[in-house]
Amino acid sequence: MLKINNLHASVEDKGILKGIDLEVKAGEVHAIMGPNGSGKSTLASVIAGKEEYEVTEGNILLEGEDIEELAAEERAHKGVFLSFQYPVEIPGVSVTNFMKTAINETRKAKGLEDMPAKDMLKMIREKSEMLEIDRKFLSRSLNEGFSGGEKKRNEIFQMAMLEPKLAILDETDSGLDIDALRIVANGVNKLKSKDNAVIVITHYQRLLDYIVPDYVHVLHNGKIVKSGTAALAHELEAKGYDWIKEEVNA
Amino acid sequence: MSKYTEDDLREELKTKEYEYGFYTDIESETFPVGLNEDIVRAISKKKEEPEWMTEWRLEAFKVWKEMTEPEWANVNYTKPDFQAIAYYSAPVAVDPNKTLDDVDPDLLAMYKKLGISVDEQKKMNNVAMDIVVDSVSVATTFKKTLGEKGIIFMSISEAIKEHPELVKKYLGTVVPTKDNFYAALNSAVFSDGSFCYIPKGVRCPMELSTYFRINQAGTGQFERTLVIADEGSYVSYLEGCTAPSRDENQLHAAVVELIALDDAEIKYSTVQNWFPGNAEGKGGVYNFVTKRGLCEKNAKISWTQVETGSAVTWKYPSCILKGDNSVGEFYSIAVTNNYQQADTGTKMIHLGKNTKSTIISKGISAGKSQNSYRGLVQISSRADNARNFSQCDSLLMGNECGAHTFPYIEAKNKSAQIEHEATTSKIGEDQIFYCNQRGIDTEKAIALIVNGFSKEVLNKLPMEFAVEAQKLLEISLEGSVG
Ligand SMILES: Nc1ncnc2c1ncn2[C@@H]1O[C@H](COP(=O)(O)OP(=O)(O)OP(=O)(O)O)[C@@H](O)[C@H]1O
Ligand SMILES: [Mg+2]
Repeated sequence: MLKINNLHASVEDKGILKGIDLEVKAGEVHAIMGPNGSGKSTLASVIAGKEEYEVTEGNILLEGEDIEELAAEERAHKGVFLSFQYPVEIPGVSVTNFMKTAINETRKAKGLEDMPAKDMLKMIREKSEMLEIDRKFLSRSLNEGFSGGEKKRNEIFQMAMLEPKLAILDETDSGLDIDALRIVANGVNKLKSKDNAVIVITHYQRLLDYIVPDYVHVLHNGKIVKSGTAALAHELEAKGYDWIKEEVNA
Repeated sequence: MSKYTEDDLREELKTKEYEYGFYTDIESETFPVGLNEDIVRAISKKKEEPEWMTEWRLEAFKVWKEMTEPEWANVNYTKPDFQAIAYYSAPVAVDPNKTLDDVDPDLLAMYKKLGISVDEQKKMNNVAMDIVVDSVSVATTFKKTLGEKGIIFMSISEAIKEHPELVKKYLGTVVPTKDNFYAALNSAVFSDGSFCYIPKGVRCPMELSTYFRINQAGTGQFERTLVIADEGSYVSYLEGCTAPSRDENQLHAAVVELIALDDAEIKYSTVQNWFPGNAEGKGGVYNFVTKRGLCEKNAKISWTQVETGSAVTWKYPSCILKGDNSVGEFYSIAVTNNYQQADTGTKMIHLGKNTKSTIISKGISAGKSQNSYRGLVQISSRADNARNFSQCDSLLMGNECGAHTFPYIEAKNKSAQIEHEATTSKIGEDQIFYCNQRGIDTEKAIALIVNGFSKEVLNKLPMEFAVEAQKLLEISLEGSVG
C-alpha cells in the first residue's frame, strides 16, 4: 500500500524528516508515537502532499507508484486521507456542502458522474448514525465554533464518507471524551478492511486499546528509532521516551 | 436558469477570455460623437418625446455643464472625454410592431450566447424580461399577464408616451437632475431603460427582469429606470448586465429610482458583469451609477447586488427612509480582480421615526485590485428610535490587492442605535490544503471559500439569480492564485 524509502523533508530549509523508512501493507494498522516536535505531523503532511514541505531525498510509493509529482488533491483522489491534528475552519461552508463537493470532485477525477442526491443523503444518514452525529450539526459551517472533540469526530465522519485506502489519523484522540473516543474508534474499526490501511499518530495507549496496531513505531528527531508490536506502546506508556533517547544516543 | 452542473462550470473555467467578449455585427444607427444642446434635442426627437421631456433634458444638460466630475472616490482612472462619446445608438432592426420572430437573427443569436434567449426565458423562468440592447428596448414579454393585474412594465421611452402623468410625477424625485455629475448627464441624454408601476395592493406574481448590454463601440450607455410600488404592493426586480469586451473604456452612467409608497416593498437585485478589462488592466467599463430608493410609511426597499465586472465602479444604492417605520436594506458582494477598482456602498438616510436599516457588505479583492466600501448612515434629528446594523467584511487574496472601508455615521438624534462590525480576512494556505486533502483542487477550493464568505448575501438573491451569481464569482476570481 505505502512504502517510504529514506525520506528526508524540510521546510524553509530546515530539515525535519531525516531518513524515514516505513512500509504499510493493506489490512494493517500502524501506530506512530514520539515526543512533541519529533516530526509526526510533518510526516503526515508530506504523505498528503502539503506543498510547503520539500522532499529533499528519498521517495514515497503509493501502491507502487511514486507520488512525488502528485498534487495533494490527486493523492486524495487515489485514496489518501488525513485526519488533521488541527482541523481548519471554513466559514459559511456547511459540512454537508463540503462533503458533497469533496465526493463529487473525487468522482469527477475518476470520470464518474456526480453522486445522485438520494445516495448522498443515504450515505450521510448512515455514516452520521454510525458516529452518533446529530444531523443538525452537519448544516453548520465547517469546524467554525466546533469544540475540540466535535472537530475530531467530524474528521472521522469525513473519513467515513470518503472511504479512503490509506487513512492517517493525526492525534484524533486528543480532545475526545471517553465515550466519544470509543464511538470514534469503533467507527474507524468498522471502516477497516483487508484492502485498506490506517496509520494512527497518538501520544496515548488508550486509543490503541480500541484500535489495536499491528506495528508501533517511535519517531524521534525526524527518524524512526524503534519499531515493535502493540507491546511497545504499553512499554512507552509505562516508561516514557527517555530510555529510547538514551538508546539512540548511546 | 436551467440546472447548472459542475461540468458546465469546468467548461467555462477553460475559457480564459471574458466569456461575453464577442461582438455582434448589427447595423446600428449611431449619432455623431459629442454633446451639445442639439444632440440632447436630437435624442428627444428621435424618441418622439413630448415637449416637457425635451425641456427636462435640456434643463439637466444646463446643470451638467456647470458641474465637475467628482474626485472623492478611491479610484484612479483617465477621465472620459465626454465630447468623444456618441450619445445614441439603436439597433436599426427594431420596430415596435414586430414580433419576436421578426427580430434581427443576429440579435437573437447574441441573446443565445448570453444564455438569455427570450423564448427560453419566457417558458422556463416565469420571468418577464425587458431587454435593453444598447439603447432601445427590443423585446418585452409577459406584458399581458402583467397587464391583467394592472402592472405596467415597459421601456421608459414607451412610458413617457403612454403614461406621461406617472413619469412626470415621479421622474427625478428621488435622484434630482442636479444630484451629481453623472446623474445630471444621464438625465440629459438617457437613451432608454425600464419603467415599472405596481398598482395599490398588488403583489407582482413574477420576478421582473432586465438585461443590459453595451454593444456598439464608443457609445456610452445611459439607462434610466423608474420603479413605483404603489401603496401595499410588492415587486421583486432583477437586473443583470453583461457587456462585450472592448479596448477603449466604455462609460456606463445609469440612474435607478425606486419609489415605495406606504406599506409597499421593493426588492431590487443586480448582477453586474460588465467587461472588467483584461489581465493587464486594459479596457473595461466605467460604471458610474446612481441608484436610490424612497420609502414612505412602513415601506421597505432592499438592494442586493453582486458586482463582479467593470474596470471602475462607483455605485451607492441608497435608501431614503422618509416614512415612519420604513426599512432599508443593502446586501452587497463586490469582487475585484486584476486591475479593477470598485468604490461601492450605500447611504441610509433615516428621516422617519422607528426606521431601520441593515447593511451587509462583502468585498473580495484579488490580483492588483482595489476594493472600497463607502457607506453613510445618517440619522436626522426627528428620526426617533432609528436603528442601523452594518457589517463590512473583506476577503483578500494575495498581497498586491487592497481592501478599504470608509463608514460614515452622522447621528443627530440621541435615541439612535447604530452598530458597525468590520472584519478583514485572507484565504489561508491551511484552508486550501485542507480542501486539497479532501480532493478539492485549489480553484474549486477558492470558489467554495468565497461562496461561504458571501453566503449571507447570496441567500438574499432569488434562486435562479443566486446560481448565476455563484458562477460569476468563480469566473471572476479565476486565475487569481498562482
Ligand atoms: N511550517 C513550519 N515551519 C517551521 N517549522 C516547522 C513547520 N512545520 C513543522 N515545523 C517544525 O518541525 C518540527 C516537527 O513538527 P511536527 O508538527 O511534525 O511535530 P509532531 O511530532 O507532530 O509534534 P506534536 O506531538 O507536538 O504534534 C517542530 O520542531 C516544528 O516546529
Ligand atoms: Mg503533531
